Amino acid sequence: MQEILNIFVKSIFIDNMIFAYFLGMCSYLAVSKTVKTAMGLGLAVTFVLTITLPVNYLLETKVLRQGALAWLDPSLAELDLSFLSFIMFIAVIAAMVQLVEMVVEKFAPALYSALGIFLPLIAVNCSILGGSLFMQERAYENIGQATVFGLGSGIGWLLAIVAIAAIRERLKYSHVPAPLRGLGITFIITGLMGIAFMSFMGIKL
Amino acid sequence: MSTEKPAKEALFSKKNRSLLTDPLNANNPITVQVLGICSALAITVKLKPAIVMGLSVLVVTTMANLITSLMRNMIPNRIRIIVQLVVVAALVILVDQVLKAFVYDVSKQLSVFVGLIITNCIIMGRIEAFSLGNTPWKSVLDGLGNGAAYGGILIIVAFFRELLGNGTLMDYPVVEWMGLYDLGYKNNGMMLLPPMALIVVALIIWVQRAKTPSLIEKD
Repeated sequence: MQEILNIFVKSIFIDNMIFAYFLGMCSYLAVSKTVKTAMGLGLAVTFVLTITLPVNYLLETKVLRQGALAWLDPSLAELDLSFLSFIMFIAVIAAMVQLVEMVVEKFAPALYSALGIFLPLIAVNCSILGGSLFMQERAYENIGQATVFGLGSGIGWLLAIVAIAAIRERLKYSHVPAPLRGLGITFIITGLMGIAFMSFMGIKL
Repeated sequence: MSTEKPAKEALFSKKNRSLLTDPLNANNPITVQVLGICSALAITVKLKPAIVMGLSVLVVTTMANLITSLMRNMIPNRIRIIVQLVVVAALVILVDQVLKAFVYDVSKQLSVFVGLIITNCIIMGRIEAFSLGNTPWKSVLDGLGNGAAYGGILIIVAFFRELLGNGTLMDYPVVEWMGLYDLGYKNNGMMLLPPMALIVVALIIWVQRAKTPSLIEKD
């Protein structure tokens, strides 16, 4: 239990997708002009990360890893398919996004119209594939840990994009030097927020 | 430019050359189009991984542009994203295997970020915006230009971060060689922290926009 809580807090604050790894920066910069849309995209990313990680975890441990196919047949124990992991992960992500889109459209039309345009774009959001690749690299012990890592990373991303959107809404009324206006000042503020987030480093539950 | 005057457009006509050179300044993928920052900045702590990453992206962008441009009349519009992802993912697997085989230590440093080239927005962006509607040769030039511009920014950022943060360049102790430590110079360890990459990019944007006022954003 403690291990799970540790992963959760770590993935939100310390290994934050935006501030520590710059993943999903494209949509982070493009969709952070108002808090409302930022919230929508953040929720969609959290949602997709939480459902793709367990699926990719099963794929990794039951199919791709060396010897992972031994459950099928002992003669396959030598097989190492991990070179296929990029293409398998991205295929799973694209398929899951499509599936989620259809399910949400059918059962939660309100949420669908709120997320609408963002859902299909998430397939190419770096933080989703990044989550799966980090999961593979860090070799989590069980599916619960992988899911919690996905949820935590998503919440961390949501936190970052909502915070920057709120700052940018206020920034409209401030006097920024002309060449820094827009993109430049957003980068600097993100950097400063990243430095602030570094103070969480070393926290261990 | 070729000397004879062919009926068709020359290989390096002015328009084609601008495809190659535009991304380097006025249409830079990172500082103007804001694409591809995702998988980039985390590996700019040292110059060497940054150069390898820049080259990998250059290869993938160029090849992906070429392949999708060759297939552009065969891809049904509805499933084009999946087709593009498969093409890019296959190319990235190739690059990853080559890196693992020849520069294993750098490949370890890049860790997940090689895989993340797949979702690098520059590649998808260039395919969507350019190679699906243009001939293969133009697409190759466009890919080369954008890949080189991307690598260029990576190398500039990594140059400053490694020099100021670590006092080395390509692991060669430049600052020690210049004897600055004896004069009381200290490395600025903060440059090695991830947030500084963003601030260095912001400074590059500042310099570029101050020099090219047409790029300044209107409110």
